[in-house]
Amino acid sequence: MSDLITADLVDLDLTGEDRHQATAALATRLAKHGRVTDVEGFLTDVRAREEQMPTGIEGGIGIPHARSAHVTEPSLAFGRCAGGVDFGAADGPADLVFLIAAPNGDEHMTILASLARRLVHDSFKNALRTAPDADAVVTLIEKEVLGR
Amino acid sequence: MKLVAVTSCPTGIAHTYMAAEALEQAADAAGHEISVETQGAAGATPLTAARIAEADAVVFAADVDVRDKERFTGKPTVTGSVKRAINDAAGLITEAAASAESAATAVSAGTASSGAAGSAPVATSPARTQHVALSFGSQLRQWLMTGVSYMIPFVAAGGILIALSFVLGGAEIAAIVNGGTFQGTEYPGVSELSNLFAEAGFAGVLFKLGAEAFSMLVPILAGFIAFGMADRMGIAPGVVGGLIAVAIGAGFLGGLVAGLLAGAVTLGLKQIKVPRGVAGIMPVVVIPLLSVFVVGFAMLVVVGGPIATVQSGLTDWLSGLAGVNAILLGALLGAMMGFDLGGPVNKVAYLFGTAALASDNLTVMAAVMAAGMVPPLGLALATVIRRKLFTQPERQAGEAAWLLGLSFITEGAIPFAAADPLRVIPSTVAGGAAAGATSMAVGSTLMAPHGGIWVIGLIGNPFGYLLAILVGTAVTCGVVVGAKYVRRSPGEPAAQAESSTTAPQAVAA
Repeated sequence: MSDLITADLVDLDLTGEDRHQATAALATRLAKHGRVTDVEGFLTDVRAREEQMPTGIEGGIGIPHARSAHVTEPSLAFGRCAGGVDFGAADGPADLVFLIAAPNGDEHMTILASLARRLVHDSFKNALRTAPDADAVVTLIEKEVLGR
Repeated sequence: MKLVAVTSCPTGIAHTYMAAEALEQAADAAGHEISVETQGAAGATPLTAARIAEADAVVFAADVDVRDKERFTGKPTVTGSVKRAINDAAGLITEAAASAESAATAVSAGTASSGAAGSAPVATSPARTQHVALSFGSQLRQWLMTGVSYMIPFVAAGGILIALSFVLGGAEIAAIVNGGTFQGTEYPGVSELSNLFAEAGFAGVLFKLGAEAFSMLVPILAGFIAFGMADRMGIAPGVVGGLIAVAIGAGFLGGLVAGLLAGAVTLGLKQIKVPRGVAGIMPVVVIPLLSVFVVGFAMLVVVGGPIATVQSGLTDWLSGLAGVNAILLGALLGAMMGFDLGGPVNKVAYLFGTAALASDNLTVMAAVMAAGMVPPLGLALATVIRRKLFTQPERQAGEAAWLLGLSFITEGAIPFAAADPLRVIPSTVAGGAAAGATSMAVGSTLMAPHGGIWVIGLIGNPFGYLLAILVGTAVTCGVVVGAKYVRRSPGEPAAQAESSTTAPQAVAA
């Protein structure tokens, strides 16, 4: 298995009219690098989850995610969106968007679990907001989530 | 303060863990200890039974059903969405701590109310050490009480409907509806249910409704004992086992066996660890299929055979006693009537009575009916004179039991006997024996196979008969009160028993 996230899966200038566009932009990155086989199919699964309950979290976080048959390996695409995208959180739009793609099956779920756990730490969020480039983001996430 | 929490969300890959982390941080910041079970895609490491037992309060942060929620029954509980836990973990932790404190206060003030399962702050039993040391005996009692509390409405509704049908239609209504002989008249019975009202009238309808409600008594008892043990998954094998207990004539004791067996089997199946791919079909197909099969097979094949053997053995033995002293025979039949309250032994004695009636021996029938009226009456009396010895559901059952006893509906005593068989059955046996012996001694006769007080006109020496019933009632009442005093440990106050009607803590984590 390759890494959870690579610099190619980071978009520090994410744009999008709404959460669907922002999610689609990140999903396209996943597809381009072979992590998702069918962008539309994957987005349908993500939307299905989003409709159950919006994934926005207070503090400017959006975490669209799904377990999907169209995902080849557990992956994270990260976007920073200066203007903010509404993910349905009570306190307003999200400027940090984490698109979590999980394949069906049990393996590697602990990685995603520990990623999710890091997301509630302010220090982690602030470091992501100030990271100078995509490589710094990857390094940060690997250090915090994978402990290396 | 010690807390436990369960987090759970639809996909199980993000919010479950975020909520867990947030709760851990908030609890840490507030100086509490917390253990979180994340029921997510990475697999849940279950909270240990010890950890749950020592927890002061429980937090559910869940957007989907918490699995095995019954483990936490009786604990002060705070419930919120996963988002609430992520956004406002500190608030949830504060609420949990407050509910633990108010529960502790409520208990020390002696005002512990019976907790409705699942809702916010639920009063807990006195000290948390009691959860740790919840003995098998008191756990068993909680399981039985759960079954009994769901069964009581069926007993009350069915019993009172049958009693009313006797009042309105006379005791022959049973024969009119089901067919049979009453006072020398042969009734064909109502063959088509659609003709019931036309042929048997309003009383016939009441009788049929009551009989149908009664037919659910043992299945509901068994089903909800298993529910108390193993949560929802227990209901199907419990109910099926109960239906088979009815079919093989095993009575409520068979229902107790079926319910406990179903609960144990289901709990066992839930322990089996399977790959996640199979886990989805476990509760849908595998556990229901296996538990129903195992319980049904055991009841039908393992329990059914011996019961039939015992019954025919008892019947032969009774017929061989023809020449025995009448008072002794009355005591024996009375004891049998009181033993299982409509179960196999009771049936043998009752059929012996009706067989004697058919051959014009009217004293045996009288003794049998007197003994069958005594158990509900004696227990109803006990709930009045020693209220504190009985739980709230039992007291309610006591109110209906007066009418049921007067109507010779022995089943009215089942709620008491099912909840606490070792103390109640000796009392109904003793009371039945006393009533049967007294009835024989005064030489009362009865020309009907049932009807209770409503066939008083068919009873020879009615005053002697009433005396027999009074004696039996007093004996049952005295024995049950004595038994409940003797074996009641100081740590088992009535208040705790009262709050034990909801699903209890499960044995294992």
